[in-house]
Amino acid sequence: MKLTKLAAYAVAGAMLASPVMAELVFPSLSYRTGPYAANGTPVADGFADYFTLLNERDGGIGGEMTRVIECETGYSTEKGVECYESTKGEGALVYMPLSTGITYQLIPKVTADDIPLLTTGYGRTSAANGDIFSHIFNFPANYWNGASAAINYILSQEGGDISGKTVALVYHNSAYGKEPIRTLEALAENHGFNLTLLPVDHPGQEQKSQWLQIRRERPDYVIMYGWGVMNQVAIQEAANIRFPMDHFIGIWWSGSENDVAAAGMAADGYLALTFHNVGTDFPVFDDIQQYVVDAGLAAGDGSNVGTVLYNRGMYGAMLAAEAVKVAQAMHGVADITPAMMRDGLENLVINDENMAAIGFEGFGPNFEVSCANHGGPGLVAVQQWNAGDQKWELVSDFAETDMSVIQPLIDEDSAAYAAENGIEPGRCN
Amino acid sequence: MSDTVLYGIEAALNGLMTGVMYSLVALGFVLIFKASGVFNYAQGVMALFSALTLVGIQEGQVPFAHLINAIFGTNVQNFGWEVPALLAIILTIGVMILFAWLVERFLLKHLINQEPVILFMATIGLAYFMEGFGDLMWGSDIKTIDMSMPMLGLPEGLPQGGSFMIEDATASWGGDGFYGFFIDRLDITAAIIAIILVITLTVFSQYSKTGRALRAVADDHQAALSVGISLRTIWVIVWSLAGVVALVAGVMWGAKSGVQFSLSLITLKALPVLMLGGFTSIPGAIIGGVIIGVGEKVFEYIVSASWFGDAMGFTMNATENWFAYVLALIFLVFRPQGLFGDKIIERV
Repeated sequence: MKLTKLAAYAVAGAMLASPVMAELVFPSLSYRTGPYAANGTPVADGFADYFTLLNERDGGIGGEMTRVIECETGYSTEKGVECYESTKGEGALVYMPLSTGITYQLIPKVTADDIPLLTTGYGRTSAANGDIFSHIFNFPANYWNGASAAINYILSQEGGDISGKTVALVYHNSAYGKEPIRTLEALAENHGFNLTLLPVDHPGQEQKSQWLQIRRERPDYVIMYGWGVMNQVAIQEAANIRFPMDHFIGIWWSGSENDVAAAGMAADGYLALTFHNVGTDFPVFDDIQQYVVDAGLAAGDGSNVGTVLYNRGMYGAMLAAEAVKVAQAMHGVADITPAMMRDGLENLVINDENMAAIGFEGFGPNFEVSCANHGGPGLVAVQQWNAGDQKWELVSDFAETDMSVIQPLIDEDSAAYAAENGIEPGRCN
Repeated sequence: MSDTVLYGIEAALNGLMTGVMYSLVALGFVLIFKASGVFNYAQGVMALFSALTLVGIQEGQVPFAHLINAIFGTNVQNFGWEVPALLAIILTIGVMILFAWLVERFLLKHLINQEPVILFMATIGLAYFMEGFGDLMWGSDIKTIDMSMPMLGLPEGLPQGGSFMIEDATASWGGDGFYGFFIDRLDITAAIIAIILVITLTVFSQYSKTGRALRAVADDHQAALSVGISLRTIWVIVWSLAGVVALVAGVMWGAKSGVQFSLSLITLKALPVLMLGGFTSIPGAIIGGVIIGVGEKVFEYIVSASWFGDAMGFTMNATENWFAYVLALIFLVFRPQGLFGDKIIERV
């Protein structure tokens, strides 16, 4: 009798506590703990704060409130998959795992579950081929665009001719770090430069051998694909051997305030690639301050606002939110499903007009996504660290990368994936 | 001398210095293992925690600020003062002594007479606890260490970068392709500090009353107890000393990469050093570190060189992580107790 009563109260309580309410659910597979917490925290803050802004300022998207479900992965692939399994039943519209390892594990899962996966600037590069990877999106730029952008920048500095020059790639000795090798090898063949490969084992706390080799061989430029402590140590070691910082170019995952802090003034002039703008000089940040930070609703203490990684988290959230608007318009409903969200992502258009409307004008490149092209045009800019003012500055426009080299590599790799997984191409014909 | 040989010597010299940095971490393990037979898995995390505490105190950071703000809706971050480096070091040592006392009081005391593996497991738990506790207390952002101590002749903090003096003095030794020896001034500083630390610890252990008590406990717990040596006090002292060594390691490694979570992973670098030098010898930690450091750097230099590739048809990179363990394993085959460890005698 007593048990029956208790059960009845529990059911009644549950019904009262959770009234049925439509929400747009965005899981945030974050890492605020572990070896990469310093990078994961600002990204997660930026992601959460943008959705808080939409709720507070606009009442959600298209009249539907948004809800961010944060799940801690600690940058562990196993935990990332667990997070996916535990949150997908909540009506998750899109996953953005912020980890290439987790991305690789989720590709078959999200495809089977009909939930899109958005990996801005990371993940499987050949997923840009939407004909094969129906649910994976990696716009606006991927690792191969990054490699090409670095070489383009070097070309611009050397008057368009780098034949005979030497470029060293210092990379995280993992699947992620090895991503640009094929592209750089192809570009080396095209432009006639010599490529030196210098892997650094995880976590990258000790890199003396690699930098002694650089000191001996004196490459003209160094490109870095690093992450976490590897970046800080590499920049410090480069400063130690007095390698010119304006000849040292990091991928966007090696270009945050965290990466240059330890080296202090010695990091002045260090370059990094980016697919979004830097700083807070955009109208959206006034709204973030007013509706989120000042209102005490920020995910963090507000000190990360405007940093590179915070901006990246916010930019990712903005792209997802814009895709929701496209999906709502396409299907004529506000409470969209993950399948509709996939359609929204596949038809997303980012241009000056819609960016200006939401306070993001000039924050990132203009691009269009299509059924066949889930990676966008791969426009990349270069930013430079000003140690005196303690800020990053954009030193180039968002420029095109060498798709004549990249596209065949995408086609080749995605075709291999399709063959391995029995995927029949032609979805977009 | 040819440039190839000179650069080989440069690799060896840098290995020597890097080895000393490894030794700084290994020393903490040795101290605790010697006195209690406990392999302290948390030594790396202690280096992280002590460095976080040092920077936190120096910058006047409010401990547990995130937690306080989340619970009380406040926005406290900083006390608004800056503590000089030397005073901050002293205060951090105080915190590490308090930490040692807490470990003894709440962990070790309850595990007396347990199997070594139980104590080892307890230190794994301690490591995980400390990681989270450190994050909660000081935040997970990357912090920079400012060790400027004008009184000690360090107005700009720890020196960083290659030594011009050594470079200029040796540049003429080789051909046009030789640019002089590169030696990082931070590594030289670390080597000097490590030597001072080893001498101090050895003298303390050999000639002080407490040091003799430490050795008595290391030799035989029961016998030490029977002559009135307090095992619990000794453990507090040993963990405090390990805390001080962890602070030195944390500062030196943190100066390179900033103080961040990855500092706790330097444990991985200390393990082969311990296997080689022995778990019970303070000088062994230094010698082991130097052998590992020189071995891995020279090996990497050889196998990554183009002349090696021409001769063998292949080159290798990023060998340091596995090479250190292979070297340690080879030593283990011939001398399981390590170079300087106590010989294992099993009587049946």
